[in-house]
Amino acid sequence: MKGTWELINANEAAAHAARLARVKVIPIYPITPQTMIVEVIEEFIVKGMMNAEYMRVESEHSAMAAAIGASSAGVRTFTATASQGLLYMHEVLHWAAGSRLPIGMAVVNRAVGPPWNIHADHQDAISQRDTGWMEFFVSSSQEALDSILIMYKVAENSKVLLPFMVCMDAFILSHTHMPVNIPDQEDVDSFLPEYRPPHWSLDPDNPVDMGNLTMPEEEYMEMRWSIERGMKNAREVFRETSDEFYRIFGRRYGMVHSYKVEDAEHIIVTSGTLASEAEVAVDNMRRNGRKVGLLKISLFRPFPQEETRTILSKARTLTVIDRSYSFGYGGPLAMEIRSVLYDLDERPKLVSYVAGLGGRDVTYKDIEKMVLHSEKEKGKRMVTYWYGLKERIRSSGFEEVI
Amino acid sequence: MPLTVKDLMKMEGAYLPGSAACPGCGLSLSFRIASRVLGKNTVYVVPACCFSVVQSPMPLTSIKAPLLNIAFAAAAAAASGIKRAYETLNKDINVVVWAGDGGTADIGLQALSGAAERNENIIYVCYDNEAYMNTGIQRSGATPRGAWTRTTLKGKEEPKKNVPMIVAAHKAPYVATASVGYPFDLIRKFEKALSIKGFRYIHLLSPCPPGWGIDSSTTVEIAKLATDTYFFPLYEVENGKLRITVKPPKRRPLKDYLSVQGRFRHLSDEEIERMEKEAINWWNHLLEMEKMESIL
Amino acid sequence: MGLSEELVLPISRPSKGASGRTGVWRVFKPVIDLQKCVKCWQCWLLCPEETILADDVPKVDYDYCKGCGVCAKVCPTKAITMVEERE
Repeated sequence: MKGTWELINANEAAAHAARLARVKVIPIYPITPQTMIVEVIEEFIVKGMMNAEYMRVESEHSAMAAAIGASSAGVRTFTATASQGLLYMHEVLHWAAGSRLPIGMAVVNRAVGPPWNIHADHQDAISQRDTGWMEFFVSSSQEALDSILIMYKVAENSKVLLPFMVCMDAFILSHTHMPVNIPDQEDVDSFLPEYRPPHWSLDPDNPVDMGNLTMPEEEYMEMRWSIERGMKNAREVFRETSDEFYRIFGRRYGMVHSYKVEDAEHIIVTSGTLASEAEVAVDNMRRNGRKVGLLKISLFRPFPQEETRTILSKARTLTVIDRSYSFGYGGPLAMEIRSVLYDLDERPKLVSYVAGLGGRDVTYKDIEKMVLHSEKEKGKRMVTYWYGLKERIRSSGFEEVI
Repeated sequence: MPLTVKDLMKMEGAYLPGSAACPGCGLSLSFRIASRVLGKNTVYVVPACCFSVVQSPMPLTSIKAPLLNIAFAAAAAAASGIKRAYETLNKDINVVVWAGDGGTADIGLQALSGAAERNENIIYVCYDNEAYMNTGIQRSGATPRGAWTRTTLKGKEEPKKNVPMIVAAHKAPYVATASVGYPFDLIRKFEKALSIKGFRYIHLLSPCPPGWGIDSSTTVEIAKLATDTYFFPLYEVENGKLRITVKPPKRRPLKDYLSVQGRFRHLSDEEIERMEKEAINWWNHLLEMEKMESIL
Repeated sequence: MGLSEELVLPISRPSKGASGRTGVWRVFKPVIDLQKCVKCWQCWLLCPEETILADDVPKVDYDYCKGCGVCAKVCPTKAITMVEERE
């Protein structure tokens, strides 16, 4: 295999990805636990390893606005954030997607306040679900690096033209060192050529007005439909791009990642680092004769409906574990999976869990407990179980607390 | 040689007739003139404001220049990003924010301050019609004391936020106030801004006939009165050096300016006297600052 | 790469009259008395609408002039009068 091996965390991996993608403008604003990404990028620039405009802006809202500006001027743009920073960007995330700008962003998934909590939780990214951003959740440093390169190529494809975020769990990934193969620049250059906007840019020789007022009888609704077409196309473009990445770099990524699902009667569905932990649980339970498998949802938007349905339809029971929550309903991932399975004549039993909020540790043993619990659960109940709450709450007899 | 009307007539502007601006709009007038000076090699960034509507509805636009509309709070940041991108492409293109007073003095102040502090190489123009006019006349930080708006029915109690001085405090290389009441002063300031590198800020007084309760024909006349009464002095700060650029030979009483505007009609003589004192104080303060080598 | 029909972008192209023939907004129309005009071009400079045409002599673009009256107000020789529109 080509490239060089380094022992780095996902933050450093994301910085390497920005460097290798030859990103031209990087507006930055510090927030734990993302800050290391933008610090490493500054170091790359100072050391002459990278040639980019580095903008030390005064807020995340401005970071995304500056990214929108830079991308509108026609260059590849990158930023990184987490938690409150991502929430603060929310308004301009819509603006980026609506303007069809293929901006790239690393999101280090962290809990949202109050209270202040800097640890792993998907609430930040899940809350951006409907902004028109593609969201790719990773579970290793290598995947963080590779998926940023892949997603740039997907985002910039003329059939897609949408921004993306690569989501990685706070600390568990962002600060944990793992061996990572860092691709050679020339290979990345051949995979990901310079960005040239195929659709529009701010150019005095061809003046256009982006985003002026529109009326109901004009094409607002068509523009929203067009974003959905971009999302729809992104699935196919992702498959092609992932294949191309595999041919050059020898590593393959899917919109979902399945593990021992072929004969699985029971499938765990989750995302991020919970999926890595779940692989351990799968191996353990298989040693005890249980036919358990895992489906990791990598691409949350656009949601890989076909892939998910095909794999899950064969199982008898599903344990869906969310690291975020939609208040007043349940686990967001479980909602998606239920919806994907609805059209099947025979649906597996689905049991939904929320676990690990605010960085609470979830081990393979916890995951095994959830699997055993869902085996006993009757199913057909629209509930999400809260797993791992404090004993004083568990012992008080509340429903849906285990 | 300063630009003459004849020169301007030969220059191409970015404003096309048949826009959605109200008759007598100070924004369209100032943009029409300034866009000639700024030239064809210019990109505009516009946050939510009257200009979002003045551009006309899709699929057409009355602005013959590349223009990025952006969220209310974000204009200075978006413009910074555009300029940095052009720098990586070695393209020398002017990037100009054209924002209302709400998007400048209120919701956009943070991004404006950030861009000024970073000394981004952009021109930021605030066309100040002294209230949220696009939403139907609500008070902003730039609304002057005493002015009626739909959210200050008894007149605004607080004084106007002094944004040009806030920007000057960032040590921006060029800060100026300007007005359509003194068009050649305005033209010269845009020329000057173009000749300077770094963050440049121009605060334009922009009369609004419906919002101010004035006849649409009086836009220029009233803008001139604002300066002649010391209510809106015209000055510039270049690298800390302040210069008053228009010194009316004789100050006109403030009442001449206020009494012709519906928004000030309710003011008592005492209130007018208080506002006049404030205006004269600020004028004297400017005169003092003018004597200094640097105000910063 | 060709762009597909399905890419619907929120962008607009510059055009005169993008908000229609705004001349129909007019209540009073400016009429220029060329006998009095000294060609100082103040009307051209201070027209908020770009509807004074810079020909040999100033002419009003009645298709788009909104009739604000600024030109009449700023004319130093009072060569422009505002005349009520009649159907």
